[in-house]
Amino acid sequence: MTARGAQGNEVVGPLGPTYPAISFETRMDSVEFRVHERPHIVVDDTICRDCSVRGCITACPANLFIPTSDGGILFNYEQCFECGTCYLVCNEEGAISWSYPEGGHGVVFHSS
Amino acid sequence: MTETTEFDAVVVGAGPAGAAAAFELARAGRSVALVERGPFPGSKNMYGGVVYGRILDTLIPRWWEEMPVQRWVTRRQTMLMTGHQALTIDYRTDTWGRPPYNGATAYRPDFDSWLADKAVQQGATLLCSTTVTGLLVEGGRTVGVRTDRPDGDLRAGVVIAADGVNSFLAKEAGLYGEVSADNYTVGVKETIALPREVIDERFAVRGDHGVDIEIIGCTGEVPGGGFLYTNADTVAVGLVLSLPALAAGGSRPEELLAALKAHPAVAPLVEGGEVKEYSAHVIPEAGYDMMPELVGDGLLVAGDAAAMCLAAGVWLEGVNFAIGSGAAAGRAAHAALRSGDTTAAGLAGYRTRLESSFVLADHRKLREAPHLVMGDLAQRQLPGLACDVAEAVFQVTNPDPKPGLVRIARKQIARHGLKLPTVARETIRALRAYG
Repeated sequence: MTARGAQGNEVVGPLGPTYPAISFETRMDSVEFRVHERPHIVVDDTICRDCSVRGCITACPANLFIPTSDGGILFNYEQCFECGTCYLVCNEEGAISWSYPEGGHGVVFHSS
Repeated sequence: MTETTEFDAVVVGAGPAGAAAAFELARAGRSVALVERGPFPGSKNMYGGVVYGRILDTLIPRWWEEMPVQRWVTRRQTMLMTGHQALTIDYRTDTWGRPPYNGATAYRPDFDSWLADKAVQQGATLLCSTTVTGLLVEGGRTVGVRTDRPDGDLRAGVVIAADGVNSFLAKEAGLYGEVSADNYTVGVKETIALPREVIDERFAVRGDHGVDIEIIGCTGEVPGGGFLYTNADTVAVGLVLSLPALAAGGSRPEELLAALKAHPAVAPLVEGGEVKEYSAHVIPEAGYDMMPELVGDGLLVAGDAAAMCLAAGVWLEGVNFAIGSGAAAGRAAHAALRSGDTTAAGLAGYRTRLESSFVLADHRKLREAPHLVMGDLAQRQLPGLACDVAEAVFQVTNPDPKPGLVRIARKQIARHGLKLPTVARETIRALRAYG
C-alpha cells in the first residue's frame, strides 16, 4: 500500500519512504482568507498578451495567474498572500494594479 | 467634512519594528497610534523561524518569562545539500535553553500580538483592521497618513513607516531608488502538525528545546536556500527563492518545496504530518545595498520597510533588526518632537543611532554577504563540492590506501570544474565579506 494524495500522485524519496503529495487546493485550503468584495489587485490582461516573460505564472506562490488558451491571463485575488511577488516580477508597465485589501481583510496567518 | 485625529506620532504596521517604535514613544510619554491593516498584529506576517531576543532586553526586562515561545533553539544546524547527499554542521548547547537564552521559534501572530500589546501597556493606541492608503503631505512634508476608515486621516508630528517589505509609504515619499526584483526573494513555508513526542524523538530534543536548520543547495536551478525548524507540536519547512530566477520559469515554489520534503535528509523529519498552514512572504534579500533613505521630512522608515533583513547565509535574522530599528526610530522621533524639529535634519539622529548599533553596523560589515550567498559559487558549486569531499573523506576504499586529505580536496576541486586560484580568490573574498 502506498499513500496517495488528493490528486492521486505520491512523492517517493530516494530512500523509498512515500507520503501523500498534497494537492494545491488542499495546500491553499489550510490558509484563512477574509475576502473583501473589492479586488485589491487588478490585472489588465490586454497588456499581458504582449508579454513574452509572464514571470507571474511560475512565481506567484498562490498560483493565481493562470494562462488562458487565447494568450491572456486569468487572475483571481481571493486567495492572495499579499506578498508582492507579482508586481515585483512583472515585466509590463501597467499590467498589475496592486494595493492592500481593506483593513481586516485578506490573508490571516495563525501558525506562521 | 473630514475629521482628523492628531497624535505626536503615527506608526504604520504593528509588526516587531512598529511595535518597538510605538513602545519607545509611549514609554517616553508621547501619544502614538499604532496602525495595523490585519485583524490582529502578526496576521500578515511569516518568517524563517527564529526570534533572537537579546535586543528585547532594552525594552522588556526578563522578556523570556512572558514571550509566547514555541521552542528555545538549542541545536543550530547548517546543511549543505545535493539531490542525494547532505553535509551538516550541527551545534548544540543546553545553555541556550536557559535564561537569558539566545533564539526561540515562535508563531508570528502570537509574537507580534504580544509585542504590540506591550506597546499598548505603555500607552500606545492600537488600531487594527485599518489599512493606510497614503501619506498626508503638506508643503513637501509628511504630516500624517490617510486610512481606509471613514474620516480616517491621522495627523502626526512624525510618521514611522514600519509597513513591511513592500513599503508603499517609503516609495511614495521617494525614499527608495529604483526597485528591482533582483533584490528580493520570496519565502514559502509549510507548518506541519506532528505530535510533540514525535518531534522530540526525530530531532533529539527534550522539553521546550528545539532545532533550527538552514539549508543551501536545496533549490534546484533557482538561487535560494531552505529552512526547517521545530515548534512545540509542528515542524516548519520552507524555501527562500530568488524572484527573477523563479519568474524565469521552470519550477514553481511548491514543487521545489515538495522536492526538499522528499530529500533523504529531510523526509524522515517531516513525513506523516499534515500541513496545518501554508504561507508566503517577500523578503528584502540584498541588505545594505538596497536600503532606502531612512529619513524624510516628518518620516522615518524601519524594519523590512527599510530592507533591514539580514540574509547572510550563516546569519539569517530579521525580527531582531526590526525591533532594533523600530526602537531607535521611536527614540529618535521622541527626541525630534522634544526639540521641535521634525524635519529630516531634526530626525537625522535616527541614522546615527542605527550606525552605532548592530542594525547598520552588521549590515554595513556584511554588505557583500547576501551577494556571495546568492552567487553561483555558493549556490551551484559549494554544496556539491563539500558533499563530495565529505564522501571521499569518510568512504573507505580498501584495498586501495587512503588518498590523503589534500589529494582528496585537489581532486574534487578539479572534478567540479574549479581551479585552485579561483577557490583561493573566492575564499579570500568570503573571509573579507564575513570578517
